[in-house]
Amino acid sequence: MTVMEQRGAYRPSPPPAWQPRTDPAPLLPDAEPYRVLGTEAAAKADPELLGRLYEQLVLGRRYNTQATALTKQGRLAVYPSSTGQEACEVAAALALQDRDWLFPSYRDTLAAVARGVDPVHALTLLRGDWHTGYDPAEHRVAPLSTPLATQLPHAVGLAHAARLKGDDVVALAMVGDGGTSEGDFHEALNFAAVWQAPVVFLVQNNGFAISVPLAKQTAAPSLAHKAVGYGMPGRLVDGNDAAAVHEVLTDAVRHARAGGGPTLVEAVTYRIDAHTNADDATRYRGDAEVEAWRAHDPVLLLERELTGRGLLDEDGVAAVRQSAETMAARLRERMNQDPALDPMDLFAHVYAEPTAQLSEQRELLAAELAAEAEEGTAR
Amino acid sequence: MTTVALKPATMAQALTRALRDALADDPAVHVMGEDVGTLGGVFRVTDGLAQEFGEDRCTDTPLAEAGILGTAVGMAMYGLRPVVEMQFDAFAYPAFEQLASHVAKMRNRTRGKTPLPITVRIPYGGGIGGVEHHSDSSEAYYMATPGLHVVTPATVADAYGLLRAAIASDDPVVFLEPKRLYWSKDSWNPEEPTAVEPIGRAVVRRAGRSATLITYGPSVPVCLEAAEAARAEGWDLEVVDLRSLVPFDDETVCASVRRTGRAVVVHESGGFGGPGGEIAARVTERCFHHLEAPVLRVAGFDIPYPPPMLERHHLPGVDRILDAVARLQWEAEG
Repeated sequence: MTVMEQRGAYRPSPPPAWQPRTDPAPLLPDAEPYRVLGTEAAAKADPELLGRLYEQLVLGRRYNTQATALTKQGRLAVYPSSTGQEACEVAAALALQDRDWLFPSYRDTLAAVARGVDPVHALTLLRGDWHTGYDPAEHRVAPLSTPLATQLPHAVGLAHAARLKGDDVVALAMVGDGGTSEGDFHEALNFAAVWQAPVVFLVQNNGFAISVPLAKQTAAPSLAHKAVGYGMPGRLVDGNDAAAVHEVLTDAVRHARAGGGPTLVEAVTYRIDAHTNADDATRYRGDAEVEAWRAHDPVLLLERELTGRGLLDEDGVAAVRQSAETMAARLRERMNQDPALDPMDLFAHVYAEPTAQLSEQRELLAAELAAEAEEGTAR
Repeated sequence: MTTVALKPATMAQALTRALRDALADDPAVHVMGEDVGTLGGVFRVTDGLAQEFGEDRCTDTPLAEAGILGTAVGMAMYGLRPVVEMQFDAFAYPAFEQLASHVAKMRNRTRGKTPLPITVRIPYGGGIGGVEHHSDSSEAYYMATPGLHVVTPATVADAYGLLRAAIASDDPVVFLEPKRLYWSKDSWNPEEPTAVEPIGRAVVRRAGRSATLITYGPSVPVCLEAAEAARAEGWDLEVVDLRSLVPFDDETVCASVRRTGRAVVVHESGGFGGPGGEIAARVTERCFHHLEAPVLRVAGFDIPYPPPMLERHHLPGVDRILDAVARLQWEAEG
């Protein structure tokens, strides 16, 4: 059966007989973001899962603060921090099976690390010693995408290809609120729905596209509502509630794997730090707003739930924090080593075989380097 | 499956045959684009492929070029070998970001870990009476994007050979199809398709001693016609068909110019910032002491592509080529 046959033929009739193709009602997101922590739903959550999420959140927060510190020390060219958004980062990684694929944006270093990418290799792009510092196929993590939303059609294509090959692989693609204005967001969602590709789109609505607030980005009731226009379900979730994000994403992944097609998930969260270390957030938002979100911090929310239910005590908190400190110390130590650079790498991977033009240019650079070395020796 | 003997064959038929053979030889090959399935493409290049190989192998996509190429990237990441059709040159621009930021860079950014064997077929150029946005020569954009191969056939045999080579390449290839040559015929036998040509080699289409016309794609037949007409003026012109703009075959081009001592680059694309400037510079840098005259360019004007009723004034024709040849400082010889 072909892709088209599975969907059935949709041929609009002249106006009196016209019917909507699908009933939009089940596709609509709830009015309020779904929450687990602090609600009755929390009692049903798996304590072991909550514990793992908590550990990952604390590690993730520490990774963010450490990477931000490394930019101040000149060890990273730039770091777009996901501080405040760790619940989304961690849940995205944990909702996937090993064989699934993650398609992160540039702010999702943490999701890549949570999925198993080496913490230093995940920072290669931001340190600037190369672009992608890891083999995407090793952990099924696509390169961190700097151009907005362009990784979303990649996720759709990969998921589609996997299904054509008969593999039950799901792709989860991450994008921000600003990215939903890009054409590639629209095209990816449309292709995914038409092909019924096993994809989950996770929009982290963190309030700002650098300085531009959501109100200037969209007139939609919510970003999750955008799903309806493509014929896929939209889900709205509290992006700082790790248990809720994990549950919603896991459901969407299961739905996709079972052949139910794509889902758009909007996680409402907040970017606590500036866009990057090069940005000044005081130019476009006030402290009071940031403080209000700090009170709804993802680490705090989960810690409160776990301690309140007796699943975590002071010693447990201390132990998790200690392992985060160990991770940070190791990261500092490794990042304080100068990376090995080979200028000849510039020509090594442009094509499978270098063209004659590139070989000539490679020789030119080699001669310049030889001259530099000789000059250095002479001095 | 019956194979109809086509002799002579058109370039479009040779392209169809190349796609069919590639689909038959390698299950990883997937053809995708707008109208490529049931209709067989607006130029009928994918005619019969969906019927023969199924809609999963030759897929009518939604009408969105960035989405088509973007999903092809993901498919290639999962081991497929997508062959994407852009319906017209100017309709390929929405896909440019995917092409420049991902298709061209993926191998390099991942240190060779993620090659993207994608072929992007783009009908290009004018001369078919197309209305606005149907006749652009966009090759300079692709040439200026490192990581892409850019090839364009001028003969029926090359259309088959180069397309097979493009699909077999582990690098992304922008395959520019001169749409006014789609219906050009040649005594090509599809029962025994020409061996796959390696990408990156130019070919001398006509040997001559007086001057070299360096050209490609839709301008090759025009240059051959000009070379015939030049005989009346006493000029014996050599015509080099580049076939591949990236990689560029300096060797074949320079060998010819060193023999003739004079060169004119001919293409439909605009002259300013066009391929001819790069080619003239390369020839001058390498063959300066063999040159009797500056390398000249005969190009389209530096204007948006004209409406169909005026396009003949824009396209390089035999007279404009011969006028350029006449300006190659022949008087200095006497």
